[in-house]
Amino acid sequence: MTLTFLNIFIAVVIAIAFVAANAAYLVWCERKGAGFIQRRPGPTENGLWGLLQPPVDGIKLMTKQLMIPGGVDKIVFIIAPVLAMFPTIISFVTIPFSDQIVAHNMNIGLLMIFVFGSMSAMALLMAGWSSRNKFAMISSVRAVSQAVAYEIPMLVTTITVVMIAGSMDLMEIVHKQGGGFWHWNIWPLQNGLFNVLMPFSFLIFFICSLAETNRAPFDLGEAESELVAGYHTEYSSMGFGLFFMGEYANIVIGACLTTILFLGGWDCPFGLFPGVWWFLLKIYFLIFTFIWIRWTFPRTTIYSLLNLSWKVLIPISLFNLLLTAGLLKVF
Amino acid sequence: MYRYFSEIFSGLWSLIVGMRITLVEFFKPNITLHYPHQTVKMPARYRGHIELIADEEGKPRCVVCGMCEKACPSGCITLEGEKPEGSKKKVLTSYKLDFTKCSLCGSCVDSCNFGAVEYSKEYNLASTRKEDYHFDLLKRLEDRHS
Repeated sequence: MTLTFLNIFIAVVIAIAFVAANAAYLVWCERKGAGFIQRRPGPTENGLWGLLQPPVDGIKLMTKQLMIPGGVDKIVFIIAPVLAMFPTIISFVTIPFSDQIVAHNMNIGLLMIFVFGSMSAMALLMAGWSSRNKFAMISSVRAVSQAVAYEIPMLVTTITVVMIAGSMDLMEIVHKQGGGFWHWNIWPLQNGLFNVLMPFSFLIFFICSLAETNRAPFDLGEAESELVAGYHTEYSSMGFGLFFMGEYANIVIGACLTTILFLGGWDCPFGLFPGVWWFLLKIYFLIFTFIWIRWTFPRTTIYSLLNLSWKVLIPISLFNLLLTAGLLKVF
Repeated sequence: MYRYFSEIFSGLWSLIVGMRITLVEFFKPNITLHYPHQTVKMPARYRGHIELIADEEGKPRCVVCGMCEKACPSGCITLEGEKPEGSKKKVLTSYKLDFTKCSLCGSCVDSCNFGAVEYSKEYNLASTRKEDYHFDLLKRLEDRHS
């Protein structure tokens, strides 16, 4: 396929529209989910079932004054929210939604997503540092230590999957899992290997993507009871809005990656009605689980958070890596 | 080593138990009321400000004996009546309640021998002006029956 300017333009517009629509309506889903779990209706006033709530919230945020407090590092302060949003949009370029629907497939797609994914920790650090606010500073330090701790088991698990598929191409990884749900990477029996640790691998990856997106129960970066609002304490108007949308866009990326690496991407469980809807069904199920987890568990402490990563997730994922390598060598 | 794994598995199990509970709650019906659109039915013994009771014709049952006025410890109640020509009974012409002083003690309701005063179920009272709490109960009774 030749990449003309128009092709790129259309791909970028679709990616931004998909991210923005998801970010806006996931807030609505989140509030509805929280409502139903707590046995109340959630937003209902604006439009049918409160469906007009996200655009109304957006208008409210945009009409607010964009305050830049005195004494902040202005350039870094302004760049940070943009940096929180834009890597996630870029990541969508290489995510394959189905056989045909992918903006630009490349053989190092997985690597690219992780490169851009690690930039969001940078955005949090910049926001916290430039705010000249103790709470924002502590929050960003926490966010970075968390990101570093959870990136390791996430990458080790990813390496396991890459070894099984023999490629970093996301399309290739999905194709390797085709032909029935028992070929998916989440199950012990795939591609002739009998690796009993694969379900745990899936769990580790899922927990890490929760932690990487700073979601509850790992949202220590924005622990309201201790840190006001964390790294975005000093942000108002759309500056805050971008952080907020970036968080939800990151959730979508996390769900997409989990689906591609472990749940067989757009592959349908029984070979029925193949198409992009299977992919969407899987990512929205995972996103529902994200919301479900957030409204079930209380926030952990920073110590137990780091303990979980260094003492449990990293050893198990490393052991799984060794086991997979051994099995690949034997079979 | 055994403790390490048993802690991981018991922890994981507790997470699953928690998630099962919230999932069950997710599908249960709402228990909250959508306040401005739906309102709570107040229980029988709820005490709002007092209200006059009407007889079958829609006129107040009150015979203007003045017992409630005397019974009120805060002097909230002011009532007036007159005897029309050719009638034996007095007829109520005005019944004013100053709710700013009322402590809802209920002495007026207890002291009434004619069952003419009751507690209302009104709880939506909010205002920034004192005058809004000077109720004309006779007018409220007529409004209800018109």
